[in-house]
Amino acid sequence: MSTTLYDKIWNDHLVDQQDDGTALLFVDRHLVHEVTSPQAFEGLRNTNRKVRRPNLTLAVADHNVPTTDRTKGIADEESKIQVDTLEANCKEFGIQLFGMDDKRQGIVHIIGPEQGFTQPGTVIVCGDSHTATHGAFGSLAFGIGTSEVEHVLATQTLVQKKAKNFRINVNGQLPLGVTSKDVILQIIGKIGTAGGTGSVIEYSGDLIRSLSVEQRMTICNMTIEGGARAGLIAPDEKIFDYLKGKPMSPKGDNWEKALDYWNTLKTDTDASFDQEINLNANDILPMITWGTSPQDVITIDGKVPNPQSENDEDKKNSIQRALKYMGLKPDMAAKDIKIDKVFIGSCTNGRIEDLREAAKILKDKKISSHVNAMVVPGSGLVKEQAEQEGLDKIFLASGFEWREPGCSMCLAMNADKLKPEERCASTSNRNFEGRQGRGGRTHLVSPGMAAAAAISGSLDDVRKYQN
Amino acid sequence: MKKFNSLKGIPAYLPIVNIDTDMIIPKQFLKTIKRTGLGKNLFFEMRYDNQGKEISDFVLNQSPYNESKILITGKNFGCGSSREHAPWALLDFGITCVISSSYADIFFSNCFKNGILPIILEEEKIKELSEYANRKEEISVDLNEEKIVYGNNEIKFQVDPFKKKCLLEGLDDIALSLNKSDKIENFELNLKNKKPWIFND
Repeated sequence: MSTTLYDKIWNDHLVDQQDDGTALLFVDRHLVHEVTSPQAFEGLRNTNRKVRRPNLTLAVADHNVPTTDRTKGIADEESKIQVDTLEANCKEFGIQLFGMDDKRQGIVHIIGPEQGFTQPGTVIVCGDSHTATHGAFGSLAFGIGTSEVEHVLATQTLVQKKAKNFRINVNGQLPLGVTSKDVILQIIGKIGTAGGTGSVIEYSGDLIRSLSVEQRMTICNMTIEGGARAGLIAPDEKIFDYLKGKPMSPKGDNWEKALDYWNTLKTDTDASFDQEINLNANDILPMITWGTSPQDVITIDGKVPNPQSENDEDKKNSIQRALKYMGLKPDMAAKDIKIDKVFIGSCTNGRIEDLREAAKILKDKKISSHVNAMVVPGSGLVKEQAEQEGLDKIFLASGFEWREPGCSMCLAMNADKLKPEERCASTSNRNFEGRQGRGGRTHLVSPGMAAAAAISGSLDDVRKYQN
Repeated sequence: MKKFNSLKGIPAYLPIVNIDTDMIIPKQFLKTIKRTGLGKNLFFEMRYDNQGKEISDFVLNQSPYNESKILITGKNFGCGSSREHAPWALLDFGITCVISSSYADIFFSNCFKNGILPIILEEEKIKELSEYANRKEEISVDLNEEKIVYGNNEIKFQVDPFKKKCLLEGLDDIALSLNKSDKIENFELNLKNKKPWIFND
């Protein structure tokens, strides 16, 4: 029978299948961070259970870490306790941890690929919804809750039910200045934040194949914003080249064996999907979000919606609520939205190519005098690479701050946050109420668009700055 | 995990769609290393003003809804972050049953791990039940029978049989999976032969 890539990975990880459809799935790779793991380790201790496969587990502190000078440690007492607790738990249970002073430290979804821990055809989980990122490698990667983290630690498996197969085909070529961030924002706008609920989305089409590994990660990363458990892209030569020689990638004979297996990871040509949609890349424009949900997207040439033109009562109410929170007027032009802050970073857009894209726009330019802007590289290695390329100097010369790696203002658990009513152009993934700080207003954009907004002081069209 | 069997009470109605887990419990409360004590911060930003005072027109600040065990809410409840702090906060507040027309997958799964029953009903039925919330009338939820009784009416709902069993019996699913240790071990042995690179050793 013809199967999809998701079916293949699923079938290959079945430890047990109950009659009611509940399955026990083997987990090849488990990423752990400080926020969603303390209660899981505590649970293990209370029940005298061990971590079944410590060497399939990798831990890092990312959500709480300061992005300023770290030599003095963490000032916030609660954050410090959480990071210290992770360190103590990793020691007690024998799990490898990249500590705060390790240059490999960074956002969990950036370090996995960087180290070659993320591999095609694996099942990867983490107590974090953006685990979907790793699907760019053709792995089945999804976020789990803390109880499930404990379950994986104790059993190296997870109780799951099979999701539906959903395929999104993107063909054509992206216009100049349009990126994979705009593609995924467009997709979320189209399917809605619950559009993928109960499904695993496979992305295919010649546009997807033409994207770099890092651009693919941006798309898979935000798949969760469309409600899907996971996003998948069949692995190809770009993925294999990316992984070759990474510290945790297979070596020697194992590399050859792995490659043979990885080459089988694709959807059969006649496999069927429960749902399928098509997009033409040529039609995609630079996108922004105007509201408080990632589905609230418009193009940079567009206007903020007017609740009066909406017939559905729920939609009308939610537009009104979002406009009020965002401090915007109906029918206002996107380019008239003045911003106070710019954040470039996060597991969505904190990789080297993202920083290059922003730096290209900022080179020899100054950011607007009323804008406060910062770059938070996704990992210590991304930071190092950027500094080798001189990107830090471009950012600093333009007026950006150049910070230490971490999740930072994507979710504002550390000291980096918006004040009430402050407005931010952000390369992160969520524009929820209060996400970047209570009362803070977030507009999701690509790194190039964030750079353009920083220069203009208002949301602006990145294409204006393309040479 | 505490068992869930049946429940009777006046539901609270929160008619907002796409309530995300950041709204249910904002990040400043994720710094805890415990599962308990989050109830006072449930829906923090909707519930308290900038000075920390209760916002009187928010439903859970009003009697009798401040003691509701059942929350009726708009579609796609619990979207966004995977934080299990969201069901922990609901549970700590006293809410053990949520009724909506849809949920985000991770939140839905997290509920069952904590003795919370998330019920899925059609929008039309949600509207009907919300009238009971508005009139401050009790409704009853019976998991075993998979039904909600309100006034002289009843609605059936469906729950996954395995999840239902775990809720009814308060089962620890780690213990259930550990009972399958032999199968896990066999799987790993095969895996070592088939994909030796997975183990990295």
